[in-house]
Amino acid sequence: MQLLLDAISWICLLSGGFFVVAGGIGLLRFPDFFTRLHAASVTDTLGTGLILLGLMLQSGFSQASVKLILILVFLFFSSPTAAHALAKAALHGKLVPFVKR
Amino acid sequence: MYIAGIAAVLVTMALTLARAFMGPTVYDRILAVNSFGTKTVLIIALYGYFTGRPDFLDIALVYALINFIGTIAVLKFFEYGDLGRDRPSQPDDI
Repeated sequence: MQLLLDAISWICLLSGGFFVVAGGIGLLRFPDFFTRLHAASVTDTLGTGLILLGLMLQSGFSQASVKLILILVFLFFSSPTAAHALAKAALHGKLVPFVKR
Repeated sequence: MYIAGIAAVLVTMALTLARAFMGPTVYDRILAVNSFGTKTVLIIALYGYFTGRPDFLDIALVYALINFIGTIAVLKFFEYGDLGRDRPSQPDDI
């Protein structure tokens, strides 16, 4: 049972790391601010969620897992809100989204 | 196992820093700093688990809160030109 938990948390951690790095690469390569905003907020939610899930599996039902759940819930609320605020400020700053003609 | 997670997040932090330096517009930089802060939350949590000290998670939680507040404050500064001193509200005040 413990081996199964370790295996699952190992897979979660690695896939979370992969998504975080994918988001980081997307942050660099995308042509326009709004596409980068999408790349960054995707990695914020999915990559972070998987990594924290992997950590949660490691600690099982303990106080650490409760803190991890709190961090996860807060990040799931704050990350999209920050992305929305960023997009709104950028649009007000007369930043024209990149449209391929 | 944690080493792989920490390494992945460190690589992403380097990429985010590169975007922060290269970012043409100021919003790219704010986005890079916000993303960097979220990665710091991850690094703190992973390092806490790596050294077997679960009380690092409180620091990670506080850092996530502060990072969000900081991003919203910087955005408000760039959108309204100041952090809201009392001035007569113009008609097009949002």
